[in-house]
Amino acid sequence: MPSKGIEPAKPAPFAGLKGFEWRNYIVYIAFIGVLIYFSVTLYSDGFMTTGNLLNIVRQTATISLMGLAMTFVISTGEIDLSVGSIAALSSLTGALAVSHGFGVIGGLIAGLGTGVLVGLVNGMLVTKAAIPSFLVTLGTMGAVKGLAMWVTDTAPVPIVNDTFNFIFGSGDIGPIPVLLIWTLVFTVIAHVLLRKTSFGRQTLATGGNETAARFSGVKTMRIKLLVFLGTGLMAGLAGLLYAGRMNAGRFSFGEGDELSVIAAVILGGTSLFGGVGTIIGTVVGAIMIGTINNGLIIMGLDVSQQMMIKGLIIILAVMFGKKAIKK
Amino acid sequence: MDQPVLEMTNISKAFNGITVLDDVSFSVNKGEVHALMGGNGAGKSTLMKILTGVYSADKGEIRIEGKPVTIHSYEDARANNISMIFQEFSLIPTLTVAQNIFLTRETKTAMGLLDDRDNKIRTAKLLNDLGVDIKPDDVVQNLGVGYWQMTEIAKALSQEAKVLIMDEPTSSLTKTETEVLFSFIEKLKAKGYAIIYISHRMDEIFKICDRITILRDGRKITTEVIKETNLESVIQHIVGQSFNKAFEWVARDYAKEAAPVLELLGVSSGERVRDVSLSIRPGEIVGIAGLMGSGRTELLRTIFGIDPMDGGEIRLNGKRRTIRSATDAIDAGIALIPEDRRVQGLVLQHSVRDNMILPIIRKMKKGPWLDDRKANDVSKRMVERLKIKTDNIFKTSNLLSGGNQQKIVLAKWLANDPDVLLLDEPTIGVDIGAKTEIIDIVREMAESGKAVLVVSSELPELLALSDRVLIMHEGRLIKELERQDIHTEEELQYAIQGY
Repeated sequence: MPSKGIEPAKPAPFAGLKGFEWRNYIVYIAFIGVLIYFSVTLYSDGFMTTGNLLNIVRQTATISLMGLAMTFVISTGEIDLSVGSIAALSSLTGALAVSHGFGVIGGLIAGLGTGVLVGLVNGMLVTKAAIPSFLVTLGTMGAVKGLAMWVTDTAPVPIVNDTFNFIFGSGDIGPIPVLLIWTLVFTVIAHVLLRKTSFGRQTLATGGNETAARFSGVKTMRIKLLVFLGTGLMAGLAGLLYAGRMNAGRFSFGEGDELSVIAAVILGGTSLFGGVGTIIGTVVGAIMIGTINNGLIIMGLDVSQQMMIKGLIIILAVMFGKKAIKK
Repeated sequence: MDQPVLEMTNISKAFNGITVLDDVSFSVNKGEVHALMGGNGAGKSTLMKILTGVYSADKGEIRIEGKPVTIHSYEDARANNISMIFQEFSLIPTLTVAQNIFLTRETKTAMGLLDDRDNKIRTAKLLNDLGVDIKPDDVVQNLGVGYWQMTEIAKALSQEAKVLIMDEPTSSLTKTETEVLFSFIEKLKAKGYAIIYISHRMDEIFKICDRITILRDGRKITTEVIKETNLESVIQHIVGQSFNKAFEWVARDYAKEAAPVLELLGVSSGERVRDVSLSIRPGEIVGIAGLMGSGRTELLRTIFGIDPMDGGEIRLNGKRRTIRSATDAIDAGIALIPEDRRVQGLVLQHSVRDNMILPIIRKMKKGPWLDDRKANDVSKRMVERLKIKTDNIFKTSNLLSGGNQQKIVLAKWLANDPDVLLLDEPTIGVDIGAKTEIIDIVREMAESGKAVLVVSSELPELLALSDRVLIMHEGRLIKELERQDIHTEEELQYAIQGY
């Protein structure tokens, strides 16, 4: 029986003005814009060749994968600055395990274990010691980086295991890079986790209003601990992928990745203030940053200029995000 | 009459030896809206906090449908089918209505994933049963405040709540939203839910409640059937004979013919301040009385430049002033003592001195440097003058009692010597001794020729201070009373209720 209901007293303020939520789509529009721009200006430099496009995928896989986990962290209203350092340390622990004869599985366990361990430290300090995640992970970012340099006295650890190198980076299955498969598989998992499981729902609830979430029976501290374990795990995997692609573990891998990863997440439409998150947005954000990097390299700009542009992108993205919040 | 859903019998509670609830008994029937009334500090909120597990009672028993229960946490309360409808704290603004209602209790598919389709169907059914016109897919932050409340109620009902507690549910609603809520409450009644309704608004209580229980000074005064009582007797019971001597009004002398310091001409701001005109002469204290949400605080905020003015003009000493920000207001000689001193009035982790000199820091300089000696002198003088209890002026203000903190806020503005002083609930959360001292300070400030505008929910305080009382109702000033024409607190109560 369709109840007649109460007459809507008054439309919610601004409900009528909402119209097209262009902010939700800005990353896609921007991405298409970037692609068109580079494909026109850099056509003769081979930007649009399959080889170069697959190259972009290879270069962005680690950022995408860390971005997936970072989406959960930022959705709870927290942040993790230590992902780059974790990737560096994991590339080394993974490489050390392989070079000491523990094989692919040994390397996998060592690399991921390292990440999870650091994630656990981050998560415990944020939840049990109630230190803001910005400070905790700023600390572990430095400490873990130092540990990575100290472990081998800054020397790289070569990996001669071809199976490892194939699985974690340099391999292609037919025309498809293994790195693309990693990215796709984890994107699907993360998307389902965020949209379709109670863990994902409770992650968004925690970031949307922590007090209310607690009153509704969400164990917010457990959720926060889990999301930091997530970034630890994925940063560990990213470290292994760096090692596999470069056939070595090295302390300098992942340097500055936190910047790219956070930029990708925010650009994708996840709110830095928590409560709103999108996995697909993050991946498109990551690929877009990768594409910009790639295009700028082809144009002949160097790393310093790339960093400047990345920093600018973050600030712009947060500015747009803030406007949406105010409304 | 059949058995009550909820019975609280002989509840007593003391904090640090001070009794706040003394042998209070209270019960609610199925399908009943039961009003709980009393002045500030009467014990209403303590009683409800005992019911929702925030505090536990020292003595007494709670029974639900005849069975004794123990409630030590909000979860316990909910497990016993008691739900508090919070104003805004229990919803996630970024999630949809359906996601909010079933948060942590979602239907799952065979694979353990969230079955959002089923959640939406259940939500739609629930909302439809309740006759609420919102969609399961609406994101909560896009809904009006009135609908937030209904979403909360729907959420409570989906958890099998039988007793709902509503605390001033209409204070943030517009008139139409209130009417929508009331017809909604009628439906809940018809379905057999019990509602505890806490409000200061008599007209609402007489409109929708069945019975009323009145508390005063921690004791239950009476429980009556609404139809068998009247406004007069209710106000009598609430006010009692507890008029405090310390709050006695002293007729004051000031130049009643002097030109006004502050004049408002048709000032409006949003929904809450409409066409307000008033004038205050030097040395005069004007009180504003009204219900929660009547626009009192917003009026002060508008004068002080925090809320934007949509129309009208503000004149100071006869000259029109444009005030677009707090800085403009301070420059024009206006000071505001805000309602929440801990958030808006003080930098809590700073010392007594640093707080006091903040508004006059420009006058405390010697060349480019801060003149420490001068700052210390000024602060010491203030501490003495206002009898602030602190070891020294360098003590962190956080460590002082509420009354002394409020005195620091007053000192801040005294030092700046404003012409107009706006006070919003100046003695809220302050003990009785400090209260009378603060009242004296305000009087003293008026004596020195300042124009004072006070907003207060505590009528004895308002009556003690004001030379004139203006009644605010739905954003408008509806009445002006000279102090000598108000003989009792009841008369003022009447006026506030809009009669």
